[in-house]
Amino acid sequence: MSDTAIEATGLGRRYGRRGAWALRDCAFRLPAGRVCAVVGPNGAGKSTLFALAAGLMAPTEGELRVLGTSPADARPRVGYVAQAKPLYPQLTVAETLRMGADLNPGRWDAAGAERIVAGGDLDPGTRIRSLSGGQRTRVALALALGKRPELLLLDEPMADLDPLARHDLMGVLMGTAAEHGTTIAMSSHVVAEVEESCDHLLLIGSGRVRLAGDIDDLLAAHLRVAGSAETDGLTGHTVVESRTTGRQLSALIRPAGPVSGDWRTEAPTLEDLVLAHLRSPGAPALTLTEEYAA
Amino acid sequence: MVEYRIDRHSGVATYVQIVQQTKQALRLGLLRPGDQLPTAREVVEATAINPNTVLKAYRELEREGLVEARRGMGTFVRRTLGAAPADSPLRGELEEWAGRAVAAGWDRDDMAALFTAVLDKSFQGERS
Repeated sequence: MSDTAIEATGLGRRYGRRGAWALRDCAFRLPAGRVCAVVGPNGAGKSTLFALAAGLMAPTEGELRVLGTSPADARPRVGYVAQAKPLYPQLTVAETLRMGADLNPGRWDAAGAERIVAGGDLDPGTRIRSLSGGQRTRVALALALGKRPELLLLDEPMADLDPLARHDLMGVLMGTAAEHGTTIAMSSHVVAEVEESCDHLLLIGSGRVRLAGDIDDLLAAHLRVAGSAETDGLTGHTVVESRTTGRQLSALIRPAGPVSGDWRTEAPTLEDLVLAHLRSPGAPALTLTEEYAA
Repeated sequence: MVEYRIDRHSGVATYVQIVQQTKQALRLGLLRPGDQLPTAREVVEATAINPNTVLKAYRELEREGLVEARRGMGTFVRRTLGAAPADSPLRGELEEWAGRAVAAGWDRDDMAALFTAVLDKSFQGERS
C-alpha cells in the first residue's frame, strides 16, 4: 500500500481550448490515512480537483497520482461522491445498495452500507426520486463507503444535511477512518464544518493551491499580531494580511523568527488562516511537506 | 466507561479536552485501574472528531503513565489520579461542613471563597 494517497505535480485543467483555467500549477501531497479538508470559495477548483482524482477527466497538463498509480487504475479502490449526489432516481434504496454489491464484487460491505442507510430511518423500498436531499446524501455515502475504499473523495458531502444528520454521518466517516485507516478528502466552503474532523488542509483559491499541509503545522507557522500602526518590526516576516484601523494595526504573518517590538501576538484559528489567505490573493502560498512516515 | 464531550468553542484544544476529562474521571473514581478507555473508533463515532486527535490524547495519557495501550486489545487505566474518589470519607466530612455552613446562613459564594482561600493557603507556592 502506498503511503501517499494523492500527489499532484504541475497539475492544471482547462475547460475548452480557450477556456479559463479551473486549476493551474497545483502541487501538493496528501499522505495516506489523513482526513483532509479541501477548502476554498465557490468556483475555486475544488470539484475539478475531485473529478480529476476520481479519474473522471484527464488533466490538461501536469500529473496526478492516486494511491500510487494513475487515477483510472486506482478507481476500484476509490469512493467518490460528487456534489450533485448522482443516483438512479427510479431505483429503490434497496436496489441501489444491491447495485453497489454487483458493481463491487469481492469488496462490498453490505452490513456497513445498510447500517448507514438504517441510521436515517429510510425505508429500503422508497424510490431514490422521492428522497429528500439529505436522505440522498445518506444513500450516496452508503454506496461509497460500502465499497470499502482506501480513499474517499467527498465533494461538499454535508451541504444538504441537517445538524443531527451531519454529526451522525461525520461520526460514521471518522469511525471508518479509525477502523480502516481510510484516507478522506472532503470539500467545504465552511471551515468550521470540517475543522474538528480534519487533520490536513488543502486551501484552493482561484485554481491554485494556497495552503497545503498538516493543520497543526500550518497553524504553528502563522501568528496573529496586533499593535500600534507606528510600530516597526514586521520587516523580515511574511505578512499574509494586514489591516489598519485608526492607530491600530493587526496582521497575520508567517514569522521568520522571533517577533521583536511591541506586538501582542496570538495563535490564529484555522478560520483566521483561511480567511486571511482568501482575502489576500497576492500572499505567497505555503506547502508543508511531511516526512514519508505515518 | 467514560464518555467525552467536546466543546468546540472553549478555545481548549480538542485533545487537551480528552486528556482533562479522562483525568477528571480518574480523580472522581469513575475510571479505575484495569478499566478500558473507549476505542478511538467509539470516540470518533460519537463526537465526529478526527481519530488522530483521540490517539494524540491517549498517547499523552500514556506518556504520563496513567494508561497503557495493549496491542490489539485497547487502552487501559494503569493508575488513579489523586486521592479523592467519590466515596472518600473526606468527601463526607466536606459535605457535613457544607451542611453546617448552609445552616449558619452562608451562601454559595461565601463557601466557595472560604474553600478557595484555604486551598490557596494549603498549597502556597504551588501553581494551580
